[in-house]
Amino acid sequence: MKTKNHSIEELTQKEYKYGFVSNIEMDTVPAGLNEDVIRLISAKKEEPSFMLEWRLKAYSHWLKMKEPTWHNLHYPPIDFQKISYYAAPKSKKSGPKTLEEEDPEILATFKQLGIPLEEQKLFSGVAVDAVLDSVSVATTFKEKLGALGIIFCSFSDAVKNHPQLVQQYLGSVVPYSDNFFATLNSAVFSDGSFVYIPKGVRCPMELSTYFRINTQETGQFERTLIIADEGSSVSYLEGCTAPIRDTNQLHAAVVELVALDNAQIKYSTIQNWYPGDKEGKGGIYNFVTKRGKCKGHNSKISWTQVETGSAITWKYPSCILQGDNSIGEFYSVALTNNFQQADTGTKMIHIGKNTSSTIISKGISAGHGQNTYRGAVTIQKSAENGRNYSQCDSLLLGELCGAHTFPYLSVNNASAQVEHEASTTKIGEDQLFYCRQRGLSQEDAVNLIVNGFCKKVFKELPMEFAVEAQKLLNVSLEGSVG
Amino acid sequence: MLQIKNLSASIDNKKILKGLNLEVKAGEVHAIMGPNGSGKSTLSQLLAGKDGYTLDGGEVLFEGKDLLRLAPEERASLGLFLAFQYPVEIPGVSNLYFLKSAYNALRKKRGEEELDAVDFMELVKEKSKLVEMNETLLTRPVNEGFSGGEKKRNEILQMIVLEPKLCILDETDSGLDIDALKVVSKGINAARSKDRAIILITHYQRLLNYCEPDFVHVLYNGKILKSGGKELAFELEKHGYGWILES
Repeated sequence: MKTKNHSIEELTQKEYKYGFVSNIEMDTVPAGLNEDVIRLISAKKEEPSFMLEWRLKAYSHWLKMKEPTWHNLHYPPIDFQKISYYAAPKSKKSGPKTLEEEDPEILATFKQLGIPLEEQKLFSGVAVDAVLDSVSVATTFKEKLGALGIIFCSFSDAVKNHPQLVQQYLGSVVPYSDNFFATLNSAVFSDGSFVYIPKGVRCPMELSTYFRINTQETGQFERTLIIADEGSSVSYLEGCTAPIRDTNQLHAAVVELVALDNAQIKYSTIQNWYPGDKEGKGGIYNFVTKRGKCKGHNSKISWTQVETGSAITWKYPSCILQGDNSIGEFYSVALTNNFQQADTGTKMIHIGKNTSSTIISKGISAGHGQNTYRGAVTIQKSAENGRNYSQCDSLLLGELCGAHTFPYLSVNNASAQVEHEASTTKIGEDQLFYCRQRGLSQEDAVNLIVNGFCKKVFKELPMEFAVEAQKLLNVSLEGSVG
Repeated sequence: MLQIKNLSASIDNKKILKGLNLEVKAGEVHAIMGPNGSGKSTLSQLLAGKDGYTLDGGEVLFEGKDLLRLAPEERASLGLFLAFQYPVEIPGVSNLYFLKSAYNALRKKRGEEELDAVDFMELVKEKSKLVEMNETLLTRPVNEGFSGGEKKRNEILQMIVLEPKLCILDETDSGLDIDALKVVSKGINAARSKDRAIILITHYQRLLNYCEPDFVHVLYNGKILKSGGKELAFELEKHGYGWILES
C-alpha cells in the first residue's frame, strides 16, 4: 500500500467563465477577403480616402507576404478566405448613438462581463471603450476627459473627427508593411480605441478598452493608437474575452504607442480570450503586434501583460527607444494550461543615447501547455550608454508541459551594459508539502507559490487590476494540480 | 493523543521503519534520539504526510483517527505540526502573508472566523518577541535568504502562532549556535502545555538541557530500542549509541 499520492499531473479544469454567447442582431460581411471587402469596410465606416488608400496598399502588400513560421507554435493552417472580416451590431448602422439608445442586449453583455457601461456604475477612475466584434459600442467619460483636451474615442470616430492626428501617426510605429498579421490588420481593421493626451496633461483616470468577440466565424482586427504629447502621461488597460466555441477564431490586433518628449505611457493587458477546452479544441488564435515608440527624449513606455487566455498567443510588445534618455519596460506573466501555446516576449531597440530597458518575463506552464519566451535586445551604434536588464523565469507544473527561452542580444556600442538572467524551476513537491503541512489546501498552495513567482510583474499593474489579475491566474490554474 | 502501532515503511523498496511502537499523551514531551539513518526523519515526514513512502504495515492513530489515510492539510487541521529540518523557501510570498494564510485556513477548517490583517499582525508581533525574531523577517519572502538560525526560529514562530496539538520538531537544533539554541528552546518551552504534546527529534543531548523531556527513546535501525527518562539522554551522550547495542 502506497501512502496517498497527490501527484501534480492529475488535471481537471474549471469552466471558462466568460464563454456565453449574446444574442445580438449583427451586420456581418460574408466570409472571404478581396479588394471589394476592403472597400466595403471602408465605405461602411464612411472613411476619408486616405484611409482606403492605406488599406489597399496594405492589402496588396499582404498578398505578397507569407505567414511566419519561425515561432514555436503548432496549429493547422488558417484559411483566410473562411473568415468574415466585419461584424457589427445592427443598431450601430445608423451612426453613433448615446448609451441610452444602445441595444439593451449589448449593455447586458458587458454587464455580465463585469463591465457596466453606465458611467455612475463604473468603478471610479476608469474610463472604458467597449469593443464588440468589429466596432466600438460605447466609450465612457468622454466629456469629462474632453474638458482636459484628452481624446478618448473609438478609432472610427477618430478617423472622422481627428483625421489629421490619425493620418500623422497611423502606421508611424507599426507600418502597414510590418509583418503578415499586422499588414492583414492594416487592410481590414474595423475599429479599436484612439487616445490623444495633449501637452502637459496627466490623464486623471485609467483608460481602458474592453474587447469582446461574439459572432462566430469572424476575425477580430482592432487597432489601437495612443499618442502622449510632450510632458503628458497616461495609464491604459486592455481586457478581452470571447465565447466558448469549438472552432478557432482569429484575433489579429495592432497597438501603436507614441510618446513625445518627457511623456509616459503605461499599457497593461489582461488577456483572457477563450483558451480552448481540456482537449485543446477551440480557442482564440491571438496574433498581435504591439509596439511603442519613445520618440521624444526622457520619454517612457511600459508594457505589462498578464496572458492567461487564447489557444495560441503570438505577441511581442516592443519599444523603440529613439529619444535620448528614454526608457522601455516589459513585464509579463504568461500562463499556458491544457493545450495552450504561447510564444511571447519583447523587442527593445535602443537608438538614442542613455536609453535603458527592463524585461521581466514570468512563464508558467501546466498541463500540456507550451510556453516560449522570445526576446530581442538591440543596442544600435548610436545608443551610447544603452542599458538593458532582462530576467526570464519559467515555472513548470507537471511533467507534460514545456518552457522555452530564446533571448537574442545584439550589441553594437561598446559602452552598453546588457544583463540577462534566466531560470527554469519546477513547482517543488517540497514547497507544496511545506504549505500543506501548514494547513493550506493543495490548490491554495499552488496559487500562493505561483502568485509569489509573478509578484514582480503584478506590482506593476494598476492597483485595481493587480487583484483581478491574481484572481484570474488562480481561476486559470484551478484544478491544474490534482 | 498519538499511538503508533507496529509501524513499518520503506522508500524505494528499502525498509526504513521496521515495527515502530510509540504512544504520546497530551502534556508530554518526548525526545527521539538516534544515529544517522535510523529512521528519525522518515518517521516525522510519514506522520506529516509526505509522499513517496510505502507503508508496509502497522497503523497510526491521532486523536483516534487513522492518520495515515489523511492528506497533509487534513492532518494539519487536526493539530499536527512539523517543524522542518530544512525549511522550504517560497520566493515572492511574504512570510507574514504565508503565516496568515495558514492561520486562517486552519481557523476556517475549525469553523472559526478568519482574523483580519491588523489583528493578525498584532498577534504575530507578540509571538515573534518570544523567538526574538527581527520584524523585517516577517515582510521578507518565506525563508528566502534567511540564515540557518533564522529559518529555525521561523519554524518555531509558525508553531507558536498556529498553536497545534502535536508538535514534531525534526532536528530543529541542528546547525544552531548556542545563542540561537537558547532562543529556539525558549519558544519550545513556551509551547509546552497540558493540552499539547511535543516530539523532539534530535541527534544530541544538547537541546535537552534546555527543553527537558519527560521521555527519551532511542531509535535504531527502524525500531525503538530503548525508552527511559531524561537520564537516558545523558548516558547516550556519555557512551554513544553503541552502548545501547551492547547492553
